[in-house]
Amino acid sequence: MQTRRIRWHIAVFLAPAVIVYTAVMIFPLFNTLRLALFSRIDQERVFVGLQNFRTLFFDPIWAEQFWNALGNNFWFFIIHMLVQNPIGIALAALLSHPRLRFAALYRSAIFIPTILSFVIVGFAWKLILSPIWGIAPGILDAVGLKSLFAPWLGKEDYALTTLALISVWQFVGIPMMLIYAALLSIPEEILEAGEIDGIVGASAFWKIKLPLILPSIGIISILTFVGNFNAFDLIYAAQGALAGPNFSTDILGTFMYRTFFGFQLQLGDPHMGSAIAGAMFAIILIGVCIYLFGIQTRMRRYQL
Amino acid sequence: MNQARSTPFNKAAMHGALILYTLIALFPVFVILINSFKTRRAIFREPLSLPDADSFSLIGYQTVLKQGDFFLYLQNSMIVTVASLFFVLLFGAMAAFALSEYRFRGNMWMGLYLALGIMIPIRIGTVAILDMMVATGLVNTLWALILVYTAQGLPLAVFILSEFMRQVSDDLKNAGRIDGLSEYTIFFRLVLPLVRPAMATVAVFNMIPIWNDLWFPLILAPGEETKTLTLGSQVFIGQFVTDWNAVLSALSMAILPVLLLYVIFSRQLIRGITSGAVK
Repeated sequence: MQTRRIRWHIAVFLAPAVIVYTAVMIFPLFNTLRLALFSRIDQERVFVGLQNFRTLFFDPIWAEQFWNALGNNFWFFIIHMLVQNPIGIALAALLSHPRLRFAALYRSAIFIPTILSFVIVGFAWKLILSPIWGIAPGILDAVGLKSLFAPWLGKEDYALTTLALISVWQFVGIPMMLIYAALLSIPEEILEAGEIDGIVGASAFWKIKLPLILPSIGIISILTFVGNFNAFDLIYAAQGALAGPNFSTDILGTFMYRTFFGFQLQLGDPHMGSAIAGAMFAIILIGVCIYLFGIQTRMRRYQL
Repeated sequence: MNQARSTPFNKAAMHGALILYTLIALFPVFVILINSFKTRRAIFREPLSLPDADSFSLIGYQTVLKQGDFFLYLQNSMIVTVASLFFVLLFGAMAAFALSEYRFRGNMWMGLYLALGIMIPIRIGTVAILDMMVATGLVNTLWALILVYTAQGLPLAVFILSEFMRQVSDDLKNAGRIDGLSEYTIFFRLVLPLVRPAMATVAVFNMIPIWNDLWFPLILAPGEETKTLTLGSQVFIGQFVTDWNAVLSALSMAILPVLLLYVIFSRQLIRGITSGAVK
């Protein structure tokens, strides 16, 4: 390496990625946050400071929608954490069992829903759960539980939970794969050492494997968090932009879409939309920070 | 060796649980596919039976092919996906090479800056992205989507590829330098072929989210000429809610390309995930 010569090739290598990334991702991100501080009054863009956020959090009409969407979003996330991740871990634990036959086949089949688009998943489940078609009531009838059937997607009380479970059905493959990879990386010697001490079967899972895969569970949790607070497609495909019935499935993504793009009688308002985006940004940032500083650094990592 | 861990009863229970879940995972897809080949009456009479000579019908597919521009949408989706992947891989590999190969001031900060986007979803900036696309006249063009997906894919691509490029031997690159190869030749001729497996992993990771995205096509390119398959099927199905044959056929036609991609690339995808590329 010679002295003080400008190495242009470094700039050439970096430039395309940095330019596209900055122009299409970072700049719009900050520009959106900036737009949240403006408002359109009489065709003029006027700086209004934090007024939009005040409207969003406290104005009766807006606040009701916002807190509803935020609450729904948390419920959506909680269902994923309580259902998707445990099922994913359980499937991975079964699949990682040594010398299990057809493991690759199960793995590929269970991953199929994950590759389908939300549009397909949303409509497919809508048809299956539809009382008109009668597949869901028919199946419940076959196991003697017909009385349990209800038009789940159409009832305010159940619609959000049903959609969350559909989303769980779709994405179980991701925690399954990541945990499966983590379980495979546990060296055989550790398990054999446990075996000699009489730790086998289920207790080997709880006492040896689970502590070792905790970092992967942490990563899955934060991926789930970011994914859920950014979700939109499934609700839009299944319930439309109005997130019916009666906004009971409204989450931040659909709320933001309706607000900034406009829907039916409501006119689009990019500045309020930006304010909602700002709130989403803050929530995701808080989640990521809690993970990075609160969980990841305290998690005990074992040198394998 | 593992005798103590597997009794016949345990084995059976494990297979039972896995088969049960596999059925849950595949059942909806299966129901949609078989019913798309049936007459309207058979769809409602016997939704769970396979189509037979009596109930077989392609009427739904005929409606879809007549009404929707299925092949145009498919073509748009392919152009957007392939072009975005090309730029993600090319630009991502170039940046990853610069970050992993050269020591320069600000190297670490540049790496952190590019990594920011791994955790922060690009959707947050949608309002300003739409503004920008309107201002530059790119709205309702496939370029708008390609640019957005390229930006979205770059952070993870740079991160994964620079991990892999650090493992390429220095001796090889230095031998090239002694032979008088330029830095560009070293990158394209020596390094790129060696990280091809990592590039495939990045491509497969990015492919499915791009193909399936509904948000950006809906906002940036909703015009008839630029609809992607995902958006096209959403709009089409929305219009034909009461025509069950058409809806089921449209769903099946949307499932098939992805399923085909998955069958081709599933090994790569699963190897990519399990090799710990995202740890």
